[in-house]
Amino acid sequence: MLRFIVRRLLQVIPTLLLLSVLVFAWLRSLPGGPATAFLGDRATPESVANLERVLGLDQPIPVQYVQFLGRVVTGDFGTSTITGEPVLAEIGRALPATIELSIAALVLAVALGIPLGYLAARKRGGPLDVSTVIGTLVGVAVPVFFLGYILKAVFAVELGLFPPSGRQSVAVDATNVTGFAVLDGLLTREFDASLDALSHLVLPAVALATIPLAVITRITRASVLEVLNADFVRTANSKGLTPGTVRGRHVLRNALLPVSTTIGLQVGLLLAGAVLTERVFVWGGIGTLLADAITLRDYPRLQAILLLGALVYVLVNLLVDLSYAIIDPRVRLS
Amino acid sequence: MTTSLQKTPGGASTGEPLLSVRDLTVAFTRRGEPDSVAVDGVSFDVAPGQIVGLVGESGCGKSVTSMAITRLLPARGVRVTGSAMMDGVDLLTLPEAEMRERRGRDLSMVFQDPLSSLNPVIPVGLQVTEVLTRHRGMKKEAARAEAADLLDRVGIPDPRRRLDSYPHQLSGGMRQRALIAIALACRPRLLIADEPTTALDVTIQAQILELLKDMVRDTGAALVMITHDLGVVAGLCETVNVLYGGRIVERAQRHRLFATPRHPYTNGLLGSIPRLDSPAGEDLVAIPGSVADNLPWASACAFAPRCPRAVGVCRTTTPEAETSGGRLLRCHNPVPATAE
Repeated sequence: MLRFIVRRLLQVIPTLLLLSVLVFAWLRSLPGGPATAFLGDRATPESVANLERVLGLDQPIPVQYVQFLGRVVTGDFGTSTITGEPVLAEIGRALPATIELSIAALVLAVALGIPLGYLAARKRGGPLDVSTVIGTLVGVAVPVFFLGYILKAVFAVELGLFPPSGRQSVAVDATNVTGFAVLDGLLTREFDASLDALSHLVLPAVALATIPLAVITRITRASVLEVLNADFVRTANSKGLTPGTVRGRHVLRNALLPVSTTIGLQVGLLLAGAVLTERVFVWGGIGTLLADAITLRDYPRLQAILLLGALVYVLVNLLVDLSYAIIDPRVRLS
Repeated sequence: MTTSLQKTPGGASTGEPLLSVRDLTVAFTRRGEPDSVAVDGVSFDVAPGQIVGLVGESGCGKSVTSMAITRLLPARGVRVTGSAMMDGVDLLTLPEAEMRERRGRDLSMVFQDPLSSLNPVIPVGLQVTEVLTRHRGMKKEAARAEAADLLDRVGIPDPRRRLDSYPHQLSGGMRQRALIAIALACRPRLLIADEPTTALDVTIQAQILELLKDMVRDTGAALVMITHDLGVVAGLCETVNVLYGGRIVERAQRHRLFATPRHPYTNGLLGSIPRLDSPAGEDLVAIPGSVADNLPWASACAFAPRCPRAVGVCRTTTPEAETSGGRLLRCHNPVPATAE
C-alpha cells in the first residue's frame, strides 16, 4: 500500500515536468504578452522592450524555462505581472473561496446524483426514469455560464431569493479565520455570517453542480441497471433475503464502484467549471484570478495556477484509486 | 458406469410428493409481438429424498422452469400459469414477502457459474451467515461458527480462515462448494441445482456431484437436478424428465430410460454421448438441426423437423403424453420397445 502510494507520487514528477513545458510553450505562443497587455495599445516599442527586459522576457524561451524551473524548485513561482505580488500568496488567498464552492457543488452532485440514479434504475421506464434520462441529457448539454446567468436572473433578480453575486454581504461584519466563509461563521459563532455565506453559495453551487450531477446520475443509473441483472443478485434473492438487504448489501455496494471513479474525474472538471461560475457570480476565487491572468497575459500566475491545478487533479485521482482498493477487494495495489 | 439394474417400483418413492408442479407454463411477453412460450405445460412431482433430473439441450426451458418455481424470473414481461404446490400452498401465487420467507429456508438453489453467482465484494463468510441470520435468527457469532461448520461439511479446508476470503480468492470448485453450503445452510427440504457442474473441471464435477448426493442423503432433502449432461443424470437421478421445446417428451426411471429410450430425442441424446470404445477417427454422432427448427406444439410435434423417425402425422397433429408402465411418452412413432 505504502509502496504503491510512493510510486504513484513519484510518477507525478515527470507528469508535472512535461506539463510545465507544454504550459510554458503554450503561453508564449499566444499573441501579445504581459508587456503589451500591461502598457496597452499606444505603447511604444521601446517601452515594451524595456518592460520585457525588467520581467526577464527578453531572454530566449529555453533560458526562461530553466530559470523558471530553478525558482519553482525552491517554491518560488514568481510575482504576478498584474499586481506585483508573489503568485503563491495570491493563490493562497483565493483558494478557500474556490474550494468552498467546489466542495458545495460536489456534495450537491453526489448527494442528489446517487439516489436519483438509483431510483431511476429501479423504476426503469417509469416517469422518474424517463425524466431523469432527459433531464441529465439537458444538464450535460447546458453551458455553465448560461445556466449561471439564468439562475441569477430568475432566483436572484426576479424572485429575490438569493443574492446575485459575491461571497458575503457587506452589511454582515464577518471575522476571517480560515477563509472559508461558512466555516468561519461557525467557528466564531457568528451564525448570521454563516447563513449569509450559505445563501451566497447556493446559486453558484447549483450552477457548478449541474454537469457533475448529470454525469453521476447517469453513471449510477447505468451501473445499478447492470448490477440488478447480475447473477449474485439472483443468488441473494434466492436466499430469501429482505429487499433492503439485497439492495443495500448486494446491489448498491457493487453499483457504486464505477461511480467512485466518475466522482474523481468530475473533480477535475469542477476546477474548469469553477472559472466560468466564478466569473458569473463574481466569486473572487482561483477562477477569477485565472480569468484575469489570461486577459492580461500574466505568465507567472497562469503557470502557477495551471500546474497546481494539475497537481490537485493527479492527487484526487490517487485518492480515488486508494479508495477503490478499499471498496473492491479484487483490486490489489502493487 | 452404473451396471446395477435394481428395479424400483413405478412411483420411485411412496407417500406425498414434496413438490408437485402442474401445467407450468411460462411465456415471455413483449408488446407488439406474439408471446414466446419457454415452458409449455410441464408437470412433475418430487418426493422427499428423491433426486429428479430435468434434462435437455440449451433453450428447452429447463432453467426457466426452475426460476419460475422459485419465482426468480423478472416480474415484468413474463406470464407464469399453472401451479407448484409445496406444503399445501401454491408457490406461484404466494405473496412476494411470504415467498422470501421460504426461499433459502424451505427451498434453495445452486447455480451454474459459481464466480458470478457470489458477490465479489463481500467475504464468503458473510454470504453464508446472512442466510442464517435471516432465516434461523442466529446472532452474529453463532452464525459465524455455524458457517465455518457448513464450509467444513462441504469439504472446504481451513473453514475459519475461508470465512474472511473473497470469492476471487477461492478456486472454482471451492466456490461451488461455498454456494452449496449457502444453499444448504437452513437445511431446506427442496434443493434445485441448475447445471451446478457445468463451469467446472471433470474431476471437480465428480466431487461436486458426490457432495450433492451425500448432502441430499444426510439431510433427506429432495433434489431437482437441471442439466444437459446425461452423464450427470446417469450417476445421480432416480427419475429423469427429458424436456424438448418446453414440454416433457419422456419420463422414466433412470435405468429404464438408459436401457430403452423410447422417444427419438432421448435416443438421439444417448446416441450422441461419445464412447471410448468407438473406432478412432469416427465422426461424433449429433442430432441434426437446432431448436430454431422447432414446429409449434399446438399443431405438430416440435421435434419433427429434426427427428429421424418422423412420419406424416408428426407434422400435423400434437402428440399427447401417454403414460404406461411408469413411463411418460409424447411421441407418434416411438422407438420400438426392445426387451427391458
